[in-house]
Amino acid sequence: MRGHVAGASLLELKEMKHTLSMQQYSILLCVSLTASVGDTFLSHGMSQVGQVDLEHLGLLIHALANGWVIAGIVLLIGFFASYMTALSWADLTFVMPATAFGYVVVALLSRFWLHEHLSLSRCAGIVMIVCAVGFVANGPSRTEHHHELDVMDSGVGR
Amino acid sequence: MGGGLSTAAVTPLSVAWTCIAGVAALAISGECLIAAAMRSLGDLDVIRERSGLAGAIRAVLSSPMFLVGALCMAFNFFAMLFTLSIVDLSLAAPATASLTYVGNAVAAKLFLKENVDQRRWLAALFVCAGVYLLSK
Repeated sequence: MRGHVAGASLLELKEMKHTLSMQQYSILLCVSLTASVGDTFLSHGMSQVGQVDLEHLGLLIHALANGWVIAGIVLLIGFFASYMTALSWADLTFVMPATAFGYVVVALLSRFWLHEHLSLSRCAGIVMIVCAVGFVANGPSRTEHHHELDVMDSGVGR
Repeated sequence: MGGGLSTAAVTPLSVAWTCIAGVAALAISGECLIAAAMRSLGDLDVIRERSGLAGAIRAVLSSPMFLVGALCMAFNFFAMLFTLSIVDLSLAAPATASLTYVGNAVAAKLFLKENVDQRRWLAALFVCAGVYLLSK
């Protein structure tokens, strides 16, 4: 087994790898969609619940009875599950831009579904987030640390 | 009770930004702890194939780091609800998102020892700028 460890030590401390399957890309899509739509539902629900201040913190519990807040929570649970799955095979800094891509989806939905006006600055914002996702998506998805390579090696040797 | 007034009109800027910074700090702590827990567990898809969905959930819930991270995210959720009730969404959403993206990149570099190369820094900055432009 020491041979495996010695072999691993020849590798760089932070080796990068980039092999995502279609299923993994679909999980990243889930991450981006559920977060943005869930936040929108929560925002709508909280606007119905009203202003919460320090004297009326109980309203936060009351908010849990609002349908939009409940729908938002369900979507955010879906987000949490897909987000954790993504983090188990990709770096945090790789998954982060996927969550930002949800803003682009919401902006495009509001333009083509709700027929809202899409200003020049919003178009520029969409382009910038798409560029950010492109930068990261073209790169490696995960940093392999030394001890992880050792564990992989010991697993193979068993 | 909801009223038609803009919430930002009645909330001092210092209070608004303290709330926003608090929400971002909780999100960064929670996400880093959960990312570290998931990394130590390994690929969840593989665990699910081997031990089923119940096994995967058991593996996640047995990680103390995950539980502390989830607690941070729960506090983040209620802090965000509180913030949304006193700060306009048009300020709260992009400000917390931008602070969280940059903070996560710094925390991932420092604590998770991720290889945050030039491409990822650029992506974090582009996302911040993009979120700001979308909120205008």
